[in-house]
Amino acid sequence: MNDILQGLARAAKLVVTLDADLVEITVLSLQVSLGAAVIASAIGLPLGAWLAINRFPARRTVIALLNALMGLPPVVVGLIVYVLFSRSGPLGVLGLLFTPAVMVIAQVIIITPIVASISHQAIRELWADYHDLLISLKANRRQRIGTLLWDGRRALMTASLAGFGRGIGEVGAIMIVGGNIDHATRVLTTAIALETGKGQFDMALALGFVLIGLAIAVNLALHFLSRTERGSRW
Amino acid sequence: MKFKTILAAAFSAVVAVAAQAEEMKISVTTSFANSGLAEVLLPEIEKDTGITVQLLVVGTGQALKLGAQGDVDAVLVHSRPAEEAWLAAGNGTHRREIMYNDFIFVGPSDDPAGAAEAEQATDALKAIEAAEAPFVSRGDDSGTHKMEKRLWTAAGITPEGDWYRAVGQGMGAALNTASGMNAYIMSDRASWLKFANKGDLKLVFEGDPILFNQYAYMPVNPEKHPHVKNDLAQKLEAWLVSDRARELINGYTLNGETLFTFNAKAE
Amino acid sequence: MVSGMIVLEGVELRRGGRVIVGPISLSLGGAGITMMMGPNGAGKTTLLRALHGLERVSAGQIRWAGNGQALRERQAFVFQTPILMRRSVLDSIAYPLRLQGVTRGEARDRAEACAGQVGLRVNLKKDAGDLSGGEKQKLALARALILEPVLLFLDEPCANLDGRSTREIEEILTRIRAGGTRIVMSTHDIGQARRLADDVVFLHDGKLVEQAPSGAFFDAPQSKQAHAYLQGDIVI
Repeated sequence: MNDILQGLARAAKLVVTLDADLVEITVLSLQVSLGAAVIASAIGLPLGAWLAINRFPARRTVIALLNALMGLPPVVVGLIVYVLFSRSGPLGVLGLLFTPAVMVIAQVIIITPIVASISHQAIRELWADYHDLLISLKANRRQRIGTLLWDGRRALMTASLAGFGRGIGEVGAIMIVGGNIDHATRVLTTAIALETGKGQFDMALALGFVLIGLAIAVNLALHFLSRTERGSRW
Repeated sequence: MKFKTILAAAFSAVVAVAAQAEEMKISVTTSFANSGLAEVLLPEIEKDTGITVQLLVVGTGQALKLGAQGDVDAVLVHSRPAEEAWLAAGNGTHRREIMYNDFIFVGPSDDPAGAAEAEQATDALKAIEAAEAPFVSRGDDSGTHKMEKRLWTAAGITPEGDWYRAVGQGMGAALNTASGMNAYIMSDRASWLKFANKGDLKLVFEGDPILFNQYAYMPVNPEKHPHVKNDLAQKLEAWLVSDRARELINGYTLNGETLFTFNAKAE
Repeated sequence: MVSGMIVLEGVELRRGGRVIVGPISLSLGGAGITMMMGPNGAGKTTLLRALHGLERVSAGQIRWAGNGQALRERQAFVFQTPILMRRSVLDSIAYPLRLQGVTRGEARDRAEACAGQVGLRVNLKKDAGDLSGGEKQKLALARALILEPVLLFLDEPCANLDGRSTREIEEILTRIRAGGTRIVMSTHDIGQARRLADDVVFLHDGKLVEQAPSGAFFDAPQSKQAHAYLQGDIVI
């Protein structure tokens, strides 16, 4: 319990004094996980909507597979991405290993199934409501997807935030593909792993509390910007 | 909704390419990084040679693997048999000894196995095995783990049973586990001195020459991986065997104790 | 009756392998209000949806002859329970125009005018979900009318509304009929049928039982089911 209190105190001190190392790794954490969440949303939200309104023979299997991929172990994704981007691997010539870019790639792979699955479920329910109306008004396929995505934007924001949450707290994949290099690829989660390994529990906890605070701040900011709970029903 | 702004910022951050200039990557072991020596050396290296060294801190096995894959420009590890096998496979140009530190045994303060009374390291291990006192092993094929295995072999023991716990973790994490279990463990001196969660553990055995731990620097072979920065690797090697390096390494102390002894030979 | 604008020939609709409506053959003209009547489960809703294209016909065909082409192209449908979109009242009414590529500003202006025409006197920036039952149905009607349909379907539009809302909607329907809009609707309310219908299609158990101009139907129903229904009996 003492460790936790010390950790909270240390976290407060680091934040208030804007500790330079903390700022550096926090900014990188945000860049990697927000970047990955944005890309995963760009792929996953329309994909979920498309799956919700199109019927094809293997549809149930595809949806089940998508749901299952939500449980992809991050460390396995990290290993596979490492093998692909290693200098000895097929994509090695790109020189992306141990850079933030490959960390984003690994996280996009992990996050996209989550965003797509939640998006699919939300849009599916909305489509059940809107079905007769959109057909009656002769909306074409692109218009249907656009309308469903726009009217369903609150649920879709939840999907994106779920993806972001998964990314900001992830450590297995980015440790392997990023290498936790000081001043280059070190982020909050990998720094926490490092401090824990050194036995510096109060520092590790401090970073942990900063991470939690960061996730809350991002979520609050998005809810504030999109004016949820302002007298509206949805 | 300000998605567009976030999108723009994210993309520009990811696409921005760091100045490539004089940067090189070396893979090093957790025992070296935990010692804190890297924090002292890296800034001096940059000042003297202009090279920004990026450290990948992993276990010995992974460090050598990264070198074999050509994902780093050089490796710094401490396991001679593994190093020689790695060189024999054509992964590096040569090995250059830089410095050594030593391994110690730590254990519960009441020393139930009586390891402190042993004259040799192998005797200490025999005592622990006889008492079936809990013992944590790295279990990760690292340099430290390989040293531990050699000692068991030298003592004529195959360690097995509930008391012998292989955790498959780096040095710091393994020390955490030992502290939590109040068990014996073999550690490098540097990691132990820097470790902040000692609990009831104390140093119980040291000094046997068999426990000396030699660090060697090996540049990755540019014939196998033409893209590696072999010129920078050679420049770094020259610095690592220089008098400046000797001064810094021998002068690095923790709690008043010297951790590493510089023993590079001029060529 | 002018014949032959909308012609159904042997139309059948199946669900789960069973024939729930049909076979029905009938012919509708090109003007006025046609009222579909009949007890619950008679197939009124299903037939309306089939005419609009929301249900697939399992057998037979629907033909749109002569001027019927215009009727086929420009239709709108008002559902018994209004389908609300998760947007403001104004944007909900404007939505069909936006689908046609009308700019947002112009669509909103026209939507505002349309809301006025159906007597929807609420803050148009409100969420559609915050309206009362009668207001929601007026919104649905405005949304249906904004594209100026030639043929308007309504499926028991006043079934869940109070007297005042019902009267207001009937006034709107009377007005647009006078303006030339063809209306095909269903109702449970015999009084409403008497007030609005030009001709009646009476269904029972998925089959066409009687079809007549409204005067003839209400004064002298030919079939025993229609007779019983108009008397207020339960028709089985």
